[in-house]
Amino acid sequence: MSDIGFVRTEMLPEQAPPASAVGIIGWCRANLFSGVVNSIMTLLSLYAVYAVLSFFLPWVFSPTWNAGSLNECREILHAQGKEGHFAGACWGVIRERWIQLMFGFYPKELYWRPILTFALLFVAVIPVLFNMISRRMNWFLLALVVFLATLAFSGIMAWILMIVSGLGALYLAYTLVSVNKTDRAEQLAAGAKRLPNPLMFTAAFPFIFPWLLWGGSFWLPIGAALGFVLGYVAYTVLARSIGGLVGLIGGVVAAAVWWLFLVGGFASIAESILPLSIEAVQSRKFGGFMLSITIGVVAIVGSLPLGIVLALGRQSDLMIVKALCVGFIEFIRGVPLITLLFVASTLLNVFMPPGTNFDIILRVLIMVTLFAAAYMAEVVRGGLAALPTGQYEGADSLGLNYWQAQRLVIMPQALKISIPGIVSTFIGVFKDTTLVSIIGLLDPLGLSNAIRADANWNGVVWELYGFIALLFFVFCFSMSRYSMYLERKLQTGHK
Amino acid sequence: MKKSVIFGALTVAGFAAGAAAAGTLDDVKARGKLNCGVTTGLVGFAAPDANGEWMGFDVGVCRAVAAAVLGDPSAVEFVPTTGKTRFTALASGEIDMLARNTTWTFSRDVDLKFTFVGVNYYDGQGFMVPKDLGVSSAKELDGATVCIQTGTTTELNLADFFRSNNISYEPVPIETNAEAQQQYLAGACDVYTTDASGLAATRATFEDPAGHVLLPEIISKEPLGPLVRHGDNEWGDVVRWSLNALVTAEELGVTSANIAEMAAGTNNPEVNRLLGTEGNLGEMLGLDAGWAKNAIMAGGNYGELFEGNIGESTPIGLARGLNAQWTDGGLIYSPPFR
Repeated sequence: MSDIGFVRTEMLPEQAPPASAVGIIGWCRANLFSGVVNSIMTLLSLYAVYAVLSFFLPWVFSPTWNAGSLNECREILHAQGKEGHFAGACWGVIRERWIQLMFGFYPKELYWRPILTFALLFVAVIPVLFNMISRRMNWFLLALVVFLATLAFSGIMAWILMIVSGLGALYLAYTLVSVNKTDRAEQLAAGAKRLPNPLMFTAAFPFIFPWLLWGGSFWLPIGAALGFVLGYVAYTVLARSIGGLVGLIGGVVAAAVWWLFLVGGFASIAESILPLSIEAVQSRKFGGFMLSITIGVVAIVGSLPLGIVLALGRQSDLMIVKALCVGFIEFIRGVPLITLLFVASTLLNVFMPPGTNFDIILRVLIMVTLFAAAYMAEVVRGGLAALPTGQYEGADSLGLNYWQAQRLVIMPQALKISIPGIVSTFIGVFKDTTLVSIIGLLDPLGLSNAIRADANWNGVVWELYGFIALLFFVFCFSMSRYSMYLERKLQTGHK
Repeated sequence: MKKSVIFGALTVAGFAAGAAAAGTLDDVKARGKLNCGVTTGLVGFAAPDANGEWMGFDVGVCRAVAAAVLGDPSAVEFVPTTGKTRFTALASGEIDMLARNTTWTFSRDVDLKFTFVGVNYYDGQGFMVPKDLGVSSAKELDGATVCIQTGTTTELNLADFFRSNNISYEPVPIETNAEAQQQYLAGACDVYTTDASGLAATRATFEDPAGHVLLPEIISKEPLGPLVRHGDNEWGDVVRWSLNALVTAEELGVTSANIAEMAAGTNNPEVNRLLGTEGNLGEMLGLDAGWAKNAIMAGGNYGELFEGNIGESTPIGLARGLNAQWTDGGLIYSPPFR
């Protein structure tokens, strides 16, 4: 018997996988060239991408940034030996008009107001949208925005505000850096005092927002806010003395009477005692992306609560409430937005007494909000319908009343389910704001037409549309990514 | 946030409604601003520049009226209107006058109840074709594809023209002028038809304007002019005579350059009456004596407005043609200032 044998006594070292199976090559083999058909498709797609880019890129990279008119663009391109209809983009129009596309006809010296408004908007929505940010961080952001805004001004008030907000921002930044997260969590658990909830600012923001954009007396938004206080007081007093339903009705009536008849008087009296107003800007001066964002933000913020109320009303057992909600939703959904905008811009004009000056942008804001609310109601109703009956019964069995059950059990789940639908409604509403160009408001699309009416830029098409499309894409894509973030955070899929 | 503004505005609206009964002229004076409806953008006639200032031929009329009434050519709120919203905007009082290249027609005057106070531009529908097509008359366009804006009178005029000449065409419906340019240049249609002024403005933007010709046929009458509501004749007179002042100024040789000198007094009694150094024409209108002088100083006389915005020195390059003074064989004619 031969004793020739081979038994390995030690393990072989692990070897790197063959080069053809990993890395870029491996990925390409697995994904792009895994068979004859796939290889052919890959080559064809590559050619298609090349064909598009080879046409598109030379057009985009065109040295016409400083041109002052379409003809100058053509001369520049001509000097480079490029000819023809698609020789190169004429970016001079964007350089000359991008500010106009952003702010429309808003007075130049007041540009800080829309900028500050939208910076504050971010501060105000952050505590609503993201719960990962700490209270300190939020107050720091607010102080920072106010501080940066005051840099643009001189005067005693601006100086005081600058110093206060600057010191506040510094202090908050210091605590942000110095405080350890886990230590802080322990302190909080031990009952340490926290900063006030930043949602306070969020609640105040709806009153600051129109005041900053439209200007005028600060007493008007304060008066509007007082309406809520008044309604709440009336509700609590009546609810305690007579009953819940009477209280609710009384609260609404008190607030409505205040808003309809008394706010104007209150504002003018308060204004005469202590003048607190900034330069008013007419709605006609609004235009460009500022207009789109204003309409979009108001419609988005207004439509969600309205839509939730409508969805609940549609599911209600109270016949009149249900009929009203169904009628409203079906009517609005059955009519195109353009029709509603025409009603807002022309029909209302005819119905109202001559000389009535009911702001056109206000009319559009109301119509777009109502339109979005009807769609939102159906999206939320989808979420409500997806909840098992057991959830409703469970809430009842805990002894919760209707509003408690909605707030604590039903809505958190229903809204979570509806997030994709809600966000796509938001995106749709934001894009629908371009329809206002049809009734003569100069949103980005309307302005692109007005810009083309300048003899210098007549004939420029793709550059303007491309720029507008890019900005819309940025907004809509951010919203879509946020929706995905929210879904991941809340684990909507029943995994 | 909505509610505060809504109810604020409703309150304001309530107060505003009370003051609306007076005439338009008093309203404008009380407001200190003229609300003038213009287009959302038409080359040469109305367009905002990079600073948001409105410029153009129709805009010039608005400024002249504002100068005549308020003494300040910049006291105008320009309200952009579309073809669909312009008439309701005027009828509802949102604007005081409309200067938006609007054709004076029977039904707009009688049925829609507007008063056209005059004509500031005589337009007509024409045709543009590429030179390569080798066509010299619209009657040779048998079987052509025609780019045409839908829902306008141009569409109806075109059908009439081809039917009365017993030739056929294939319409390519388009929505806006910008789209028409793209379609026409891409060869989607042989012919583009719209108002002759619009054709000239469009052709001026082409890389090779000489490669396209405007055919000699003008197939419709499009007298464009400013209009006001029926029923307020005093205001109608103000707008009408502001326009006439511009026309008369050109006829009499009063320009923005020499007006200061002429306003001191001349030997021509009509110039003196126009500029307010003789007679009381301004008082009859309810304006101050220098009203016409202010209107002319706003942007120059009719000829200066024309040359500055759409004339041969501009990229649009329209010849005066029908819009020359009657003394030069055109149709621009103002009744006498007497």
